[in-house]
Amino acid sequence: MKDAMPAVCIDRADFDSVIKALAGDGYNVVGPVLREGAIIYDEISGVSDLPEGWGDEQEAGTYRTVKRNDKALFGHNSGQQAWKKFLYPSRERLWSAQGDNAEFKIEPNAETPPKYAFVGVHACDLRAIEIQDIVFMNPETADPRYGKRREGAFIVAVNCAQSAKTCFCAAMGTGPRAESGFDLSLTEIIEANAHYFVATVGSARGETLMQKIKSRPATDADLQAAATRTENAQKQQVRSLDREGVKELLFSSYSDAHWDKIAERCLSCANCTMVCPTCFCSKTEDTTDLSGNHADRWRLWDSCFTVDFSYIHGGSIRKQVASRYRQWMTHKLASWIDQFGTSGCVGCGRCITWCPVGIDITEEAKVFREEKMDPRLRGDDEVVKGTKQ
Amino acid sequence: MSEKPKLAVWKFSSCDGCQLSLLDCEDELLAITGVITVANFVEASREVLPGPYDVSLVEGSVTTPHEKELIQEIRKESAILISIGACATAGGIQALKNFADVKDYVSAVYAHPEYIKTLATATAISEHVKVDYELRGCPINKEQLLEVVIALLQKRRPNIPLYSVCIECKRRGTSCVMVKGTPCMGPVTQAGCNALCPAHNRGCYGCFGPMEMPNGRSLGNWMIDKKMAEPKDLVRMFRTFNADAPAFKEAGNSYEK
Ligand code: SF4
Ligand code: SF4
Ligand code: SF4
Ligand code: SF4
Repeated sequence: MKDAMPAVCIDRADFDSVIKALAGDGYNVVGPVLREGAIIYDEISGVSDLPEGWGDEQEAGTYRTVKRNDKALFGHNSGQQAWKKFLYPSRERLWSAQGDNAEFKIEPNAETPPKYAFVGVHACDLRAIEIQDIVFMNPETADPRYGKRREGAFIVAVNCAQSAKTCFCAAMGTGPRAESGFDLSLTEIIEANAHYFVATVGSARGETLMQKIKSRPATDADLQAAATRTENAQKQQVRSLDREGVKELLFSSYSDAHWDKIAERCLSCANCTMVCPTCFCSKTEDTTDLSGNHADRWRLWDSCFTVDFSYIHGGSIRKQVASRYRQWMTHKLASWIDQFGTSGCVGCGRCITWCPVGIDITEEAKVFREEKMDPRLRGDDEVVKGTKQ
Repeated sequence: MSEKPKLAVWKFSSCDGCQLSLLDCEDELLAITGVITVANFVEASREVLPGPYDVSLVEGSVTTPHEKELIQEIRKESAILISIGACATAGGIQALKNFADVKDYVSAVYAHPEYIKTLATATAISEHVKVDYELRGCPINKEQLLEVVIALLQKRRPNIPLYSVCIECKRRGTSCVMVKGTPCMGPVTQAGCNALCPAHNRGCYGCFGPMEMPNGRSLGNWMIDKKMAEPKDLVRMFRTFNADAPAFKEAGNSYEK
């Protein structure tokens, strides 16, 4: 936009009207809700669906919701699954086929994809969506259904005012403040006598929406309050990942003995890839009915942690769990850069929290880094033989 | 396969639960009988047609001397043999006797142990004859059963995943009970149930048996470390429905000290 609309403030009491206005414009509004001891994203119909006063505590392999001592609506960090589950559903019909001996017809899935409004998109996840756009909206490998859902989606970003112990968006340069890519961005401010949102418009759609919402111009003090919130969030981050030369580091660690060490713990359960907001791998499965006259082709989330994933004629290439963890980590942090011009990791921390045995990509990256600093620990082939258990 | 393939359902030592899954396919059953001749299925009909059979579904473990012979005959009469359920694929709950002295069990359970003819172990069908497909679970999943039958009818490979329950759990969007503090066998258990237990806020009991590359020791050690379970709990978790499946057996034994 040429003339960016100046920031405004929306009072907590008027926030419901944002959700109602989006619903009124025909969006399926999705936002955070508290369910079964976790904050997840699901459809919301008003502000009362939001997890008011709830936050989360996360560590490697551990997640708990906790009561906050305020009434924040967005006082939580990354939940188990990001917006990927809406833009890129875990199971989707690609086409159906109908046929008998005389005729065979293929019909693409013609269902109209839902028009979503996402309320509460964190900066890291916004970047993750942009990364999946590169994968699914480039002309060579376009997924038209992803494209339709994505183009229709209205994005209300929320700048984090706190970080979980598993967050490292600052290190990955993706957050905690969303700079672009949203229709509207919010920072929630809670003070002794005030509860409001500093809102920045990011698109024409956002501007049209804001015309329906009661607001007042933001003062310098409001902007300062918002900036302080995200600065605090950044200061709270205890994990980090040194991006400098990480690609070369991992490529040169191909035969490092440490992969085997990780494999002793790794379950090859695939949770890390399932929760990662940028992982995009899928498989197709054909189903047929009993008559044999009808077939469907389904696309399902897949993962480089399964044996089948690397199956080619004659067997699987990645037989060892070590080679599968190596594939995952190297793809996320290194080969992604060659493939898509960006890191495949946005630092959301999900793979750390939701790994059932708490394997931590930032810790593992550090091990490789430290080994490279100390040549005695370096895993070139001769050393591997000596150090392997 | 011939024009209308012949399907037989056989029962070994088991509770009949898996066969009942077939009966549970109420809507599909009529359609199935339209394209398949059901040659033997005592849960549904007393009529037994003679072999050979195109497909045999075998439920139950080999637990008696008679069963040991019977399975050889069934194999000879069957073009495709599919073992169904934890009993047939890993010995089932009754394989717990493999970890004890069968004489003690018999005298504890029966008033007249002298009438009981039993083998010292309960074993999977695959330990006795070649098995073409295995359907896991206690009981099996009805959709998987239909998938295998339909795939065989249409001469395509059935979609039977070998990976972890976690993948299904995440696809359906259940928030992980393990990470929220409830011990869950999902990461070491084969998918196929559509992550039923976690979807009801419980840990997976492992009834589908070991997944393709289970790492029971890592999962168990983590649970001990996080005070989610003690070694004796892990022995019990690995020795429930699939105690005799090699990977679970090894993991269970390793926590028995
Ligand atoms: S690799 Fe882990 S931290 Fe990075 S984006 Fe994926 S889930 Fe988030
Ligand atoms: S890390 Fe694995 S699952 Fe994720 S995008 Fe890469 S290959 Fe696919
Ligand atoms: S790193 Fe963790 S979540 Fe990923 S496959 Fe291994 S055990 Fe599962
Ligand atoms: S609840 Fe159990 S099955 Fe589901 S993802 Fe967690 S560990 Fe895996």
